[in-house]
Amino acid sequence: MDSQQIAEALRGLAPDGAVEPFAAADGMPTIYVAREHAPAVCLALRDSPELRFVFAPDITAVDYLPREPRFEVLVLLASLGVSGYGDTPRRLRLKIRVAGTDPRMPTLSGVWPAMNWGEREVYDMFGIHFEGHPDLRRILMPDDWEGHPARKDYPVQIKMKPKVYEPLQLTAQEFAANLLADRDRARRD
Amino acid sequence: MSEFEIPVLTTTVTKMVQWARRSSIWPVTFGLACCAIEMMVMSTSRYDIARFGAEVFRGSPRQSDLMIVAGRLSRKMAPVLRRIYDQMPEPKYVISMGACASVGGVFDNYALVQGVDQIVPVDVFVPGCPPRPESLIYGIVQLQRKIDQQKLYELSSESSRVPGPRIVHG
Repeated sequence: MDSQQIAEALRGLAPDGAVEPFAAADGMPTIYVAREHAPAVCLALRDSPELRFVFAPDITAVDYLPREPRFEVLVLLASLGVSGYGDTPRRLRLKIRVAGTDPRMPTLSGVWPAMNWGEREVYDMFGIHFEGHPDLRRILMPDDWEGHPARKDYPVQIKMKPKVYEPLQLTAQEFAANLLADRDRARRD
Repeated sequence: MSEFEIPVLTTTVTKMVQWARRSSIWPVTFGLACCAIEMMVMSTSRYDIARFGAEVFRGSPRQSDLMIVAGRLSRKMAPVLRRIYDQMPEPKYVISMGACASVGGVFDNYALVQGVDQIVPVDVFVPGCPPRPESLIYGIVQLQRKIDQQKLYELSSESSRVPGPRIVHG
């Protein structure tokens, strides 16, 4: 099943114009998906009996600065081809164009829960916001990090002092009060 | 001297304490990357760091004297390293093991600390990528020589460090 056939199979299941087949240089079936229709298309890919892409191994993105739309989010899918999950094993690559001026797309974590951490990584590295994501926090960089390092306009080297926590300083009175509070808590429980 | 029943040695308290500190440098278990593999090898029977009294890798910083920063330190890990160092009792020592820990190594980028001496005071730098266990053992011997010059009342914190860091060649 090549890109064209998968796009045919999605006809009627997905909104018109949501899917555009693409001849990838490496021969892997690839389709472009319109950003706003991504969850609907993904649901169809997952649930259509002849497709059954139930397994989403990876999500990542590419920054094509200075081209616009600047980002392409890549989703890799697999159909297992075992009983009840499609007839033959096959793979598919989804590409979703995301504008640099408006880096948002709907979350796919409702379709494949495994996308949760993957989307957090794409958010952390590229600053693409996944709308409807249950817990969109940074996953690799420190929580208080500024910027998104995998963007092309992010500097490789930064001259910045590493952040450390200062050791906790307590007076003798504070220390004693702390111990008493702890003892009271233990007694109450 | 043969009339003495028991053998007797005389020394100073300073020398005895130096001997005790030098002969039982217990490192904290703190491996960050591939250097940690060489650090573990150092404690096995082939290289046998037990010969220098430093074989007991402790799971708690509160029982350790030495922190071997073995590997590249990310900016996210830096506060953790500092906290573990702060939890170690005095006197405490730090060996910066390998190119990454010492100067950032090949990872000259935003994510990594370019030298752990920005975070903790380092006593010995051991170069290599990774250093062989022999190099690290030589680094520990250099640290022992440093401890031998330390006064009894001196602690190893920033304010009272005895002569600057040593560089291990080879």
